[in-house]
Amino acid sequence: MNTGHMRWGFIVLIGFGLLAPVAGIYPTFLMKCWCFALFACAFNLLLGYTGLLSFGHAAFLSVAAYVTGHAIRSWGFGPEWGILAGTLSAGALGYVFGSLAIRRAGIYFAMITLALAQMLYFVWLQMKFTGGEDGLQGVPRGALFGVIDLSNNTNLYYLVFVIFLAGFSLIHRVIHSPFGQVLQAIRENEPRAISLGYDVDRYKLVVFVLSAALSGLAGATKTLVFQLASLTDAHWHMSGEVVLMTLLGGLGTVFGPVVGAFVIIGLQNQLADKVGSWVQVIMGLIFVICVLIFRRGIVGELGRLLKRPL
Amino acid sequence: MADTDTILEIRGLTKTFSGFVAVDGVDLRVRRGTIHALIGPNGAGKTTCFNLLTRFLAPTHGTITFNGRDITRMHPAAIARLGLVRSFQISATFPHMTVLENVRVALQRKTGISMHFWKSGRVLDQLNGRALELLEAVDLGAFAGALTVELPYGRKRALEIATTLALDPEMMLLDEPTQGMGHEDVGRVVDLIRKVAVNRTVLMVEHNMNVVADLSDTITVLARGAVLAEGPYAEVSRNAQVLEAYVGSEQVGKVQEAAA
Ligand SMILES: Nc1ncnc2c1ncn2[C@@H]1O[C@H](COP(=O)(O)OP(=O)(O)OP(=O)(O)O)[C@@H](O)[C@H]1O
Ligand SMILES: [Mg+2]
Repeated sequence: MNTGHMRWGFIVLIGFGLLAPVAGIYPTFLMKCWCFALFACAFNLLLGYTGLLSFGHAAFLSVAAYVTGHAIRSWGFGPEWGILAGTLSAGALGYVFGSLAIRRAGIYFAMITLALAQMLYFVWLQMKFTGGEDGLQGVPRGALFGVIDLSNNTNLYYLVFVIFLAGFSLIHRVIHSPFGQVLQAIRENEPRAISLGYDVDRYKLVVFVLSAALSGLAGATKTLVFQLASLTDAHWHMSGEVVLMTLLGGLGTVFGPVVGAFVIIGLQNQLADKVGSWVQVIMGLIFVICVLIFRRGIVGELGRLLKRPL
Repeated sequence: MADTDTILEIRGLTKTFSGFVAVDGVDLRVRRGTIHALIGPNGAGKTTCFNLLTRFLAPTHGTITFNGRDITRMHPAAIARLGLVRSFQISATFPHMTVLENVRVALQRKTGISMHFWKSGRVLDQLNGRALELLEAVDLGAFAGALTVELPYGRKRALEIATTLALDPEMMLLDEPTQGMGHEDVGRVVDLIRKVAVNRTVLMVEHNMNVVADLSDTITVLARGAVLAEGPYAEVSRNAQVLEAYVGSEQVGKVQEAAA
């Protein structure tokens, strides 16, 4: 469904991504937004397009963050190999978690993913290489392919944006692929999909691994931006935040999670200095308002006004 | 031993739900190429039987053989791939997909590209012609582009049949295909079932006795989970036990009326 309005959405997104740093928006803030936007899009692939609520997605963000950080800092990997290693490890972890969780449906599925992610949190806390409470610090950004210097913020910004776009485009492709049709069928009527001969568990596992790997790509990239991987990435707050971003932006919409990530990160950025830990209360309020009044999220409501899926 | 005349054989099929026996030692044999009706009062265990046959529920006891093969412990999707495909009592469609996409997602399975998440959905367009043919066969050609939620109920049931036919199953299980339909829709579905049953086997649960009388070669009557009677319509409809099982339910009038 590459209809006109979708194409316009893409153009606006790319234009914004290219021009935002030029327009004077702080690049580190933007990079953080793109990382979380990718994370939320990966999450949306699972919840919005397959109907699986994972409450442990922080696990995939964090495993990739630590693996990338460790591979670059201690094994001397270049940034591209570090990111690849992080992404693959998140995919592998996704395979393990997915295999365990997919046999259960609904709230049980969510609870199993949460429990597994919590177990991983304590593993990170205990292990030496993660630096425990202090985090894995001082990850060098290095040079992309040994050529492009990433300590330059502008270079790094465009790399992050390209990574986001690649992940975003892959998700868009998946949604509209033959595989995506089966996912939609599973979401809409799982018993019927089974009765048509589809082994729905295999499809769920594949999409779960994809979502985990793309979440990992976001986490790996974030490590490069902040030169740090920390327990914050693995905390269940993070698993909740990605749900909030996705719902606020618009569940099951292409652009919603991106908008949701920018709004949440933007608010946190603006409010953190002014209201301190009250920011959690404000996030909670937004969540409640979103669920009670704007059920479709920002982009979902916009799409309804325009009578078009966005 | 392999009896090529029998496509489906059920022996001693039993299902208990925490002590309550919903299906109680059912033996059933369905002959290839026939339309076989499974009837019985509400709660007799007909839908539960379907759920057991297609492994949506695990039987407590008993065996199920399809085409000489024991399918009792197979996965539901694998049973469907063998050619034993069910429909549901409550219409089962994919509501937010278009009518065409509903049929196409069934056609798609045999192409072997359903796992290809990297391919553009346009590769599916090659199936549109066949999907449209199937829709035409159930008078839904004009609705191909419509969203399925927007179809009236009778049309949804027709779409369900088209989707099942897309798999070209050797045997179809239909759970009350005419339930909740107006007179005209019933006629259309009856014609359709007769047409598609020409080269396949149909096992059908149906409450509308006119439809049963009209279509079925053999009828099995189920009551309280057990087989009460079996035979052609003329025989079964005169069976005193059958009439008794229906007493108190509104079907009794219909049974006698259709028998007359
Ligand atoms: N999952 C379940 N758990 C407990 N009891 C069940 C379950 N499914 C069915 N039953 C019970 O088993 C009995 C048979 O139900 P079933 O749905 O098979 O009847 P049916 O013959 O299809 O009836 P109808 O004509 O109303 O569709 C009913 O008493 C029902 O309440
Ligand atoms: Mg029933």
